[in-house]
Formats: sequence, structure tokens, C-alpha cells
Amino acid sequence: MTTRVKGSTLPAILFALVIVTLVVHVVVIFASGHFAAPGPITADARAVDHQFRLTLYLVGVLFVSTQLALVLGIWLFRDRGQRARFIPGNNALETLWIGAAIVLFLGLGALGRKAWAAVRYTGPETGSLQIEVTGMQFQFAFRYPGPDGRFGRLDPALISAATSNPLGIDPADPDGRDDIVTSGTLAVPVGKPVELLIRSQDVIHNFFVRELRLQQDAVPGLIVPVHFTADRVGQYDIVCTQLCGLGHQKMHATLNVMTESDYENFLKTQAASQ
Amino acid sequence: MSGPVKFRLFSTDHKVIGLQYCFLGMIAVSTGVVLSLLMRYHLAWPKGHLPFIAGGIMTPEQYLALVTMHGTIMVFFVLTTAPQNAFGTYFLPLQIGAREMAFPVLNMLGFWLTFAAFVVLLAAFLVPGGAPISGWTAYPPLSGLGDITGPGEGAGQTLWLVSILIFCAGSIFSSINFIATTIDLRAPGMTLMRLPLTVWAWFFTSILILLSFSVLFAAGVLLLLDRSFGTSFFLPAGLVVTGQLQTHSGGSPLLWQHLFWFFGHPEVYIAILPGMGVTSQVLANFSRKPVFGYPAMVTTLGLIGLLGFGVWGHHMFVSGMNPYSGFSFSVLTMSIAVPSAAKTFNWLATLWHGKIQFKTPMLFALGFVSIFITGGLSGIFLAQPAVDNMLHSTYFVVAHIHLVMGVAAIFGIFASTYYWFPKMFGRAMCESLGRWHFWLTFVGTYCIFVPMHFLGVAGGIRRYADDSGAGYLAALQPLHTFMTVAALLTAAAQGIFFYNFFNSIKNGEIPGPNPWNANTLEWTVSSPPPPDNFGSEKIEVFRGAYDYSVPNSAADFIPQNAPFDSAYDTIPVTPQRES
Repeated sequence: MTTRVKGSTLPAILFALVIVTLVVHVVVIFASGHFAAPGPITADARAVDHQFRLTLYLVGVLFVSTQLALVLGIWLFRDRGQRARFIPGNNALETLWIGAAIVLFLGLGALGRKAWAAVRYTGPETGSLQIEVTGMQFQFAFRYPGPDGRFGRLDPALISAATSNPLGIDPADPDGRDDIVTSGTLAVPVGKPVELLIRSQDVIHNFFVRELRLQQDAVPGLIVPVHFTADRVGQYDIVCTQLCGLGHQKMHATLNVMTESDYENFLKTQAASQ
Repeated sequence: MSGPVKFRLFSTDHKVIGLQYCFLGMIAVSTGVVLSLLMRYHLAWPKGHLPFIAGGIMTPEQYLALVTMHGTIMVFFVLTTAPQNAFGTYFLPLQIGAREMAFPVLNMLGFWLTFAAFVVLLAAFLVPGGAPISGWTAYPPLSGLGDITGPGEGAGQTLWLVSILIFCAGSIFSSINFIATTIDLRAPGMTLMRLPLTVWAWFFTSILILLSFSVLFAAGVLLLLDRSFGTSFFLPAGLVVTGQLQTHSGGSPLLWQHLFWFFGHPEVYIAILPGMGVTSQVLANFSRKPVFGYPAMVTTLGLIGLLGFGVWGHHMFVSGMNPYSGFSFSVLTMSIAVPSAAKTFNWLATLWHGKIQFKTPMLFALGFVSIFITGGLSGIFLAQPAVDNMLHSTYFVVAHIHLVMGVAAIFGIFASTYYWFPKMFGRAMCESLGRWHFWLTFVGTYCIFVPMHFLGVAGGIRRYADDSGAGYLAALQPLHTFMTVAALLTAAAQGIFFYNFFNSIKNGEIPGPNPWNANTLEWTVSSPPPPDNFGSEKIEVFRGAYDYSVPNSAADFIPQNAPFDSAYDTIPVTPQRES
């Protein structure tokens, strides 16, 4: 028996060492904020951040306490020649932690509803600027409705890179004649509500901007609306996060949040070059 | 193969088939690990020259082919095959006191279908265009239109689909067998509430396999029809790929996602429930204590399985699915955290006032609990659609899935291997090599997967062959390098395991039939067990599986087949008693 007793202290110490190191690193690195998404640029993104932090605190407390409880149990009850106690269970304790888990997890989930609802349940403000986002292997195209405020009809049979009609805008439709198509840059005016109509013409892509805390798949056959109001001028990465083929990692564009006047100039320049 | 178990290639002996699954799992996991190391090496040193890679320097399509094949091999041929089919097929009959599975020929058929599926899958590497690049989730239209969408999407993707269909059939056969065996072939006295938790786990897992793989099978057939016979289940009208208008019309890409994840989420529990079962068994065994809250442990296994069928939509929060369904899927997903938390607390309570013996199986069971906590808690972030808005498809998801489904399940597999090795081979694995293996793997996997969470929070996106897209990705490169070094070291440490495993088959010490002083029935027979498991012995069960350290009992364990003893049995126990 003595050899077994001797052999049980080193593993207990190692468990303590590894798990305490783990816990300290995770807590310190998350607390330092060294690895974090860049600052949010919409109210909705800030609501997501709030929910993220709330989750981080709750999960953090549970993570630290359960890992340390594991270490404590391993240390206290390592084989030192004692006889184990026969404890088949305890209904009161069982009820307590199941109850606590229900309150904590479902409560947190319910709190998170608000940040989700803000973007996905409610529509855009009336008068929002509509921009169509189309994913294709391996780029994004952005279409502005032009001065008439209406998008022209699309016909996939008309899609042609050669005639520089990448979206297949029907030339017979007067609504489409002033449509402006850009790729590479999605320009939006600062402080103005924007509604994006997200679609795809080949496989599934995704529109993700970290600063918007917003991801939306671009699904062929669907037009999915999302909306936001950016409140900080700047350039932000748009990336594709849905595996779309061999150029997936290169599929990139820039969200350019501009002042109102810069935005007007941008549209004018683009319209002239169409 | 030494001992009384006759090893024949087309055997119907569940022990032989269990070992066949075990070796198939070992080949598959080695393949899967090599593929992941190639990916990790490329992520850390994109310009580096690599073995096995045509051209030496990995192209994006080669990277994506590895992504697909690594995921597919690991999810299907390792995490489904090893915990359930290898150990379940071997030990389910032994643990319930049965001489064979209910349908031995079906059992054999199940294995050989699985084996055939593996060969067909690997063949995808060899066809023109190579292996598919659509990931293990194979979302159409990328996977539905043939090689026009990318290399590997021609013959490679078709072989992938055929492999999955064969695998589904094999798994369904084996699950029917598990269910029938558990219900019908229990020895007298092996009432449901006396079953070892491993048996409960295999039983619930079988139900999950039966229900979810049937749906995947159907979905796979539909996708095959779309690809090869011009139907449009998943393909809408107006698709233009590389300038060519496709003729499909009327299908829905989201339908595939619904069908796939209806399988895909239960699959996570198919991988992890057996690990939970063996962890409960091993924690009790080496704490010399009953499993804390046995009825709660059975109920929570069942609840996790049941709720697991109602949460598939949490993979689709940003897919364009109705946002209101997104929230209901979120609530159901959060509910799964409740039985999972209850299990964790019960495991901790099992240790409390125990007498913890740090044998290698116990080290891995304790490691399982730690990894399960870490990997499970990150799920709380991803279960919320608002938070998923920023974490979806980032490395945070990769970290979560690998810890909670991959590493935790692998720790369960290691715990099972070290625990049952003496029974399967009649020899013991070397304890000190086992300890080295555990500590290197435990520290190593944390070093690989903890930084991955930070990478994800910062916006690192998965399934990217390089960081040439968004500018901010380059800044995250040091994390990749760190993880790759950790992965290479951790993989190297598995050499210790393989050496220990194969060396111990030949040269390991010969232990008695019950080296761990355990209670369950497999330990009452010789090692390895005779072909008919229990010989002429009459099997009767008098008590539950976890009577450790029972007051007034001289030994600190009472095997399930030990009859009534007035010294410690306060109420009469009979084999027929229903509890």
C-alpha cells in the first residue's frame, strides 16, 4: 500500500500546476484585452459586445471555479491510504446545481435576445439607404440604386464579365439604367441608416465586418436584409467566412464609412465610370 | 492474436469485430493527424516545403482538400468509430452478461461497410482533381454542381458522398444491433438501473446514430441525385458559376444545412456520450466510490441525447434562417448546458471523499473532465445568436469543437484503451509510459487549442489557406506558429502511446483478470475473454455497477455478480429484483 500512497502526490501536484497555469493564462489574456475584436462602430455592435462581456464574466467565473474545484478534489482526496466514503448521491445538491444551471444559462440566453432582435427582428429605419451586396467566386459586388432609388431587374442569363455586366442588370429595365455597381469598396455615409440586401449568384458566401459585429451568409436564391448605422468614419475589412472555393481566403472588400459629402462624391465618380 | 479469441478476418465474434474497429480507428486517427499537421505546418510557414504535397508548396485547393478530409476522417472514422463501435462492440455484451451481440452477422457487416467507406473516402485523394474542397459539411451549391465550382468537386466529391452513404449504412446496422442487444440480452438481474453507465451511454448513442444517420443518408442520396442526375433539391435557379448559367431550379441550399445539422449536431453527442460513460466508470473505479447521483447520470445522458435533436439550428444562426427560429434554437441549446453542467458537478462530487488512484485511465478521465469544462463553456458564447454574429466561422468555433468533441472524446478513447487493454489483450500497458503520454498530451492539447480562442475573438477566420485576404490577419500569425509547434510536439508524444500499445501486446506484464478491482462483469472472466465470454458459468447479477467502499464490506469493491452477503447487504438482493 505504501508505494501507492507515495505515488499519488506527484500527479496531484502536476494537475494543480497545469490547471492553475491554464486558468491564470486564460484569465490574464482575456483581461488584458490583447486579443479582441476592434472597437464597434454601431450601437448594435456595442450591444453584441455587452452581451459578449456578460457571457465572458459568467463563463469566466464558472471556468475558474470548476477547474479549481477539480484541482482541489484531486489534491484533497488523493490516495493516502484512507478508505473512500460510500456516498451514492444527494438529491438536495443535485436539485441545487441543476436549478442554478437553469437560472444562469437560460437567464443569460434570455438577456442575449435583445442584441439579436435589434438587428434581426426589427426592420431598418424608414428612409434607409439600400445597397445590394452580391457574393460571387471570389469577390463582392455592391449595387446602389442610383438617383431613382430603385434597383433594376436582374437576369442571370445576362451576366457577363466581357460586357462588364457582372450582375446581369437588364438593360431593358429603366430602373436599372442609373444603378451603380462597385466591387472592392462598399461606401456608406456616416450616421445614416443603411440596409444591405445580401445575395449570391453562385455558391454560399458570407458578409462579415468585425466592427459591425455582423455576419450574414449570402445564399443563392435568397435575399437577406440586414441593417446598421455606422457612427465612425473609417475603413473596415469585409471578409467572406463561408467556405466558397479555392479563392475563399482572398475574397475581400472594404467597408468605407464616409462623411456625407465624400459619399456623394464617391457616387458621382462611380456613376461617371459606369 | 494470443489467447482464446480466434482472430479471423470475417469473424462474427463481437470481440474480434471490436478489435477490428479499434485498429481501423487507429489507422484513421493517424491519417487524420498527419493531414492536420500538414495544414498546421502550412498555416505557420506558408512557403515551407511539405511531404505528400504535389508540388511541395501547398496550394489553397490542396489546403481545403485537407480541411475536408481531416474533418471527415476524424468525425466519422475516429470519433464515431472508436468510442462507440470499438469499445462498445467489444464490451457491451460482456458488461451486460451476454454471450454475443444480438445479430452477429449484422455486426460483421457493419464493420466491413465502415472499412469499405474508409477506402472509398481515401480514394478521393487519387482521382483527377483530388479530394473535395467543400469541408466536412459539404454545403451545396459548392458541393452540388461538379468540378465547375472548384477542384475536387468532381469525382472527389462524388466519392466523398458515396463513402458517407456506405458509412451511414454501416453505422445504422451497428446501432440497431446495440439497441437490440441492450434491450434483450441482459443477464438475469441486470436491470436497467444496474447497467454500467458505459452501457447507458452506448445505448443512447445508438438511438442517436439510428435517428441521425438515417437523415444524413437521405440527404446524401438527394445531393448525389443533384450532382449526377440533374435534380434540384438543394440548387436554386439562376446560378452562374464561372460565367456559365446552370440549369437547376427550385431547390434550397438551406434545406441541406437543416438535414445535415439534424445529423451533425447529434453527431457531437455520438462522439462524446461514450466518453462521458467511460469517464463515469473510471472516476468511480479509481476513486473507489460509487458514481455520485447514478440516476441523475442516466437521466442527463438521455436528456443530452434528446435535447441534442432540437438544437441543430444553432449552426445556422447567420445562414439566412428565420431569426425567430434562431432564438428558439438558442434557448434549446442553452438548455443542453444544464444536463452537461449537472454531469460535471456529479463527476466532481464522485471524487469528493474518494481515494483517488492515479492510474493512467484515471489520469485521462480527470483530463476529460477538465477538457470538457473548458470546451463546453465556450459553447455558451456560440449558443447565443447575437454573440455568434461575431464568432461564427472564426477559430473560436474551431477551438470549441476540437476541445469538446475532439479532444474530450479522444481522452475518453485513451481512458478506455488504458482501462480495458488488460482485458482485451491479457497484458497490461506500461504505466510510466502511460503517465508520460498523458501529461504531454494534456499540456499539449491545451497549448494547441487555448490560443485558438483568442485567434477567433480577434477575427481569425477558419478554412483560410493563408492570410492574404484581410490585412489584419497577418498580425495574428504568431498565434498560428505557436499552435503549430504545440501540435507537432503533441503529435510526436502520441508515438509513446503507439509504442506502448504495440509493445505491451507482446511484452506487457500479465495481470490478473481484474487488475483494477472493478465491479462490472467483464472483469469476472479471464483476459482475454473466452470466445463465448462466460463459458459454462451461470451469469446472475445482484447489484449495481458501482458498489465501491460499501460500509462493512472487507474489500472495497463488490462485483455485480456477488450474491447476497449479510455482512453488508442491508436489504435482500436477488437477481430478479427490479430496482
